[in-house]
Amino acid sequence: MSLIWLLGLVLAIAAVGYALGRTRALSSTNGDIRKLHSLPSYYGANVALKSAIPALLVLVVWLVAQPLIVSGVVSSDIPDSAIPEGSSRGLVMSEVKRVAAGLDGAVAAGTMSASYAASAQADMDDVTKRMRDAQQITPEALTPEILTAGQRFRAMVAQGKWAMTAVVLALAVAGAFWGLRESHAEFRARNTVERVTKVLLIAAASLAILTTVGIVLSLVFNTYEFFTMYPPLEFFFGTTWAPSFSGRGGSSELGIVPLLWGTFYISIVALAVAVPIGLFSAIYLSEYAGPKVRAIAKPLLEVLAGIPTIVYGLFALLTVGPLLVSIFGKDGFGWMQSGTAVMTAGIVMGIMLIPFVSSLSDDIINAVPQSLRDGSYGLGATKSETIKQVVLPAALPGIVGAILLAASRAIGETMIVVLGAGAAARLSLNPFEAMTTVTAKIVSQLTGDTDFSSPEMLVAFALGMTLFVVTLGLNIFALYIVRKYREQYE
Amino acid sequence: MTDATNNPPRHKTSLHTVDARTKRRNASEARFKMYGMTAILIGLAFLAILAVSIIRAGTPAFTRTVFDMELTLTQAEFEAAEKQLMKTKAYQAVFIDQLSAKLTEQNVQVAFDGKAIDRLLGKIGGDLRAHYRANPGDLGKPVQFTLPASSRVDGYFNGKVTRDTLVDSRFLEVSDLDLVDALHEAGIIHSAFNWTFITAADSSVDNPGGAGIGASVVGSFFMMIVVLGLSLPIGVAASIYLEEFAPKNRFTDLIEVNIANLAAVPSIVFGILGLAVFIQFMHLPNSAPLVGGLVLTLMTLPTIIISTRAALKAVPPSIRDAALGVGASKMQAVFHHVLPLAMPGILTGTIIGLAQALGETAPLLLIGMVGFVAREYPDGLAEGFLNANSAMPAQIYTWAARADSAFYDKAWGGIIILLIFLLTMNIIAILLRRRFERRW
Amino acid sequence: MYDARHTEAQVDQTETKISAKGVQVYYGDTHAIKDVDVEIADKTVTAFIGPSGCGKSTFLRCLNRMNDTIDICRVQGDILIDGEDIYDRRVDPVQLRAKVGMVFQKPNPFPKSIYDNIAYGPRIHGLAKNKADLDVIVEKSLRRGAIWNEVKDRLHAPGTGLSGGQQQRLCIARAIATEPEVLLMDEPCSALDPIATAQVEELIDELRLDYSVVIVTHSMQQAARVSQKTAFFHLGNLVEFDDTTKIFTNPEDPRTESYITGRIG
Repeated sequence: MSLIWLLGLVLAIAAVGYALGRTRALSSTNGDIRKLHSLPSYYGANVALKSAIPALLVLVVWLVAQPLIVSGVVSSDIPDSAIPEGSSRGLVMSEVKRVAAGLDGAVAAGTMSASYAASAQADMDDVTKRMRDAQQITPEALTPEILTAGQRFRAMVAQGKWAMTAVVLALAVAGAFWGLRESHAEFRARNTVERVTKVLLIAAASLAILTTVGIVLSLVFNTYEFFTMYPPLEFFFGTTWAPSFSGRGGSSELGIVPLLWGTFYISIVALAVAVPIGLFSAIYLSEYAGPKVRAIAKPLLEVLAGIPTIVYGLFALLTVGPLLVSIFGKDGFGWMQSGTAVMTAGIVMGIMLIPFVSSLSDDIINAVPQSLRDGSYGLGATKSETIKQVVLPAALPGIVGAILLAASRAIGETMIVVLGAGAAARLSLNPFEAMTTVTAKIVSQLTGDTDFSSPEMLVAFALGMTLFVVTLGLNIFALYIVRKYREQYE
Repeated sequence: MTDATNNPPRHKTSLHTVDARTKRRNASEARFKMYGMTAILIGLAFLAILAVSIIRAGTPAFTRTVFDMELTLTQAEFEAAEKQLMKTKAYQAVFIDQLSAKLTEQNVQVAFDGKAIDRLLGKIGGDLRAHYRANPGDLGKPVQFTLPASSRVDGYFNGKVTRDTLVDSRFLEVSDLDLVDALHEAGIIHSAFNWTFITAADSSVDNPGGAGIGASVVGSFFMMIVVLGLSLPIGVAASIYLEEFAPKNRFTDLIEVNIANLAAVPSIVFGILGLAVFIQFMHLPNSAPLVGGLVLTLMTLPTIIISTRAALKAVPPSIRDAALGVGASKMQAVFHHVLPLAMPGILTGTIIGLAQALGETAPLLLIGMVGFVAREYPDGLAEGFLNANSAMPAQIYTWAARADSAFYDKAWGGIIILLIFLLTMNIIAILLRRRFERRW
Repeated sequence: MYDARHTEAQVDQTETKISAKGVQVYYGDTHAIKDVDVEIADKTVTAFIGPSGCGKSTFLRCLNRMNDTIDICRVQGDILIDGEDIYDRRVDPVQLRAKVGMVFQKPNPFPKSIYDNIAYGPRIHGLAKNKADLDVIVEKSLRRGAIWNEVKDRLHAPGTGLSGGQQQRLCIARAIATEPEVLLMDEPCSALDPIATAQVEELIDELRLDYSVVIVTHSMQQAARVSQKTAFFHLGNLVEFDDTTKIFTNPEDPRTESYITGRIG
């Protein structure tokens, strides 16, 4: 909450600065706008920018850096003797943070006073009891070292917060004064403001890079953490996926192979549905359909792409699954046990991908020059012969690119498989069996518990990393093919 | 066919007779065309099936069966009932007496006991007692009671429970259906619009009747405010830079490649990013719409940037030249002239991006915005952003994943609400485009 | 060269191959061709000349019903080939186009090998019994297209890798491979350099021995060099149709004369 207040205060200082800067600039020429170098509003903007930007920048950096520095300092103060056999400094540190949070909670709930929470002579059992009374998570055995570290942690966080507030506000005020001093007729306010604006624009554009970096870092760090607990070879080549639900302990088997197989199998089924239907739709729309049919059918098909995936997931679970069971289940062919299966998820995902394949292919087929079609018609070829032997071969690279993009969509799709494919990880060839995918397991491993120290949770980051690398590779390759294809006909 | 090189036989053929080979080729042409038409029809059929199943399965969520009757409890009856050991039983007895009287009055003949009433209406005695204890002034006056019937009775009215499929259980017995029919005939039981579904928050696992989507609509709303507030300015700023100012260099290329690739990164990866960066690293609260909004912002930005750049590109260079020609700076030309002209296109793209974000589920599950956290409405603005809440699609997912199939109705109903929002947004986008579209 | 061709041009006039009567073409609301009558003889080169937009290409595309592929185009009147109405309902445009081949303004080889480019037509029309047969047709067509010597060693290289002039001759060879009776050429040299143009013109002159060739050109010199008959189109009207020598030396219509002398177009 105090953060929102701080933010509001900084913005208020900037707003006041704007008004003052404007007036001061005007009064420096006795209200004659013509004698100013820039419009008055630029002087105001100059003050506002100078007060808000440095302050906010420091605020953001502080918010990011403080937890890192505090953890580092507290962690290095824990004596080696306080780290139990078979544990690590990182695990102890998460205990410390839990204790710190527990103390905060207990103080907030009123089961201990602020001075009691900070006192060094506190009795371990009493502290634990008071924290439990406030419904806080407590470590199994609270040691004096951990408690001291936790108290230190709390103290540093609190100090940091005060220091941050002071520094940020001081910067905002100082910036405002700096800007105000400049607010006189000769100052080139417009140029300064435009220069700053341009930097802001560049910063906004760079956010795309920052996002990618964020994705990569968050995946890499946690994946590395995971591999310190679980051997990478067993992860990549293990054929059993059986996480233990009790948490800690080496009983989990976390092999990615069955998940990759499920992902692959479902994607194949999805593409087997989407590619023929999508491709033939695109061919019909671009080569046969009159403008009226096109104007109706094309947007209608594209509606399929605008429907949220949760809707498809529900459709798979409650409509397609039971329908398939009634055909292939024990009353029909007897191949299918339950509604959730590779087929269910695959077919529904295929429906979702139809417009994806069709509109991309439509664009690509339309890019094939008319002169090639004319050449073929001129030789007496029928439309279908022209399409099959001239248009499609010419469009092939682009269509392959479109299909690869669709495949990457299928691999990354989550809600349909979470609801439609089942939860059992198995290596099987029967498409009517339930299987599961990388994305579905990321959801199940990360939903609910957020304990960043168990391999059962961290494995989700390794799964995410695999997913990211595979889809990114597919996308880059597909975009490359499509771009090459476009260049060929430009 | 003879050697074509010496004696071209086709020179003799008449154009007015179609030869066998051409007939074959034309047949294959017709077949091919049919494949295309079939593909389109299959695609449209899927759309139709989807629409029909959503509407058919979703409408029951909007109605519920209510019991509607006027009841009079005298002061004496109230005191007598309060003296009993099993007080609710006594209230129930009063209720049954009055109901019987009402039925006899209307010439409806049906036998029932207290257990049957329990099955149909739940603990009606408790409800009555609670009402009269809270409003003693109602004693002795006729009071109109509207009470929800049990979800099995709902199922009977929706056609999910029929006499043939019903198995006697402690929830409902076949004989109860006679009573239901009789009460329905007497106008005491009827269907009504289910306001609870629109306004309530998520309920516990064993109370599908009380579940509503209201709280998660609010969660979605706060998330969309974050997404709009961040992605529109950032997206527009990034697009202006790339389209108007960026020099052609490595850095610009890097940004372009990043944007193109981010647009195709699976949404769940953004969820992982949100979990690791916003929750693990920055310690923002779990399940908060603020975090959900941040994640969706990062996900929506590429979409908005791509459409905004298209809108900027559509503004002819002559506008820029005209502004520069009267002495405006490049920044002024862009902000005073190009940007306002591109605004309708930018807004259209933003609305479509928001609609996409509104329907996104997977990343929200990872940051803890699952349905069952949406238990109450937030108290204020800051709580709206920071308190644990869910969002519409995540709420739908939670209902779909529950064991009790009565929640499936809610899930479908939730989808109708979600689609109404999406449809509205898309229609606004289309109208905006129609209204302001400019051809240069 | 010019003279030699001219003497050849004096061969006997043969029977009429294509006869058009009262042809009207509409593009939507635009009246593109207005009441054109023309008789095109067999084994002759007929040139259509006129300023751009005069309808000469449109009329050419009527002769093998290429205009069918444009939705908004309507054709009225009679066009007869060997006495048969090609707009008759019984006529399949696919069969017609096998009989009336076409070469386009821009060389448009398919993105396939040279061999497959030539073999495309014979394959779809079933002209070859077997592979050996097809090989013969391909070689013969490439020879007639005067490009055999240049490509015989790389028949399986992509046709798009050839130079512009070679590509156009490949397209002519491709058109010949289906054994057409009429060859329509829509400004076949406009995208070529002078040397390639000369090669193609030489080729056209040879083709006259077997085919009725109709060529649309915006170059009057080209029309004079390759054709025996010339038709002058102006604003959708056929203004004048006569022997090439007559059109270029002694035109009857003043509009023809202005065009020839460079005052219009």
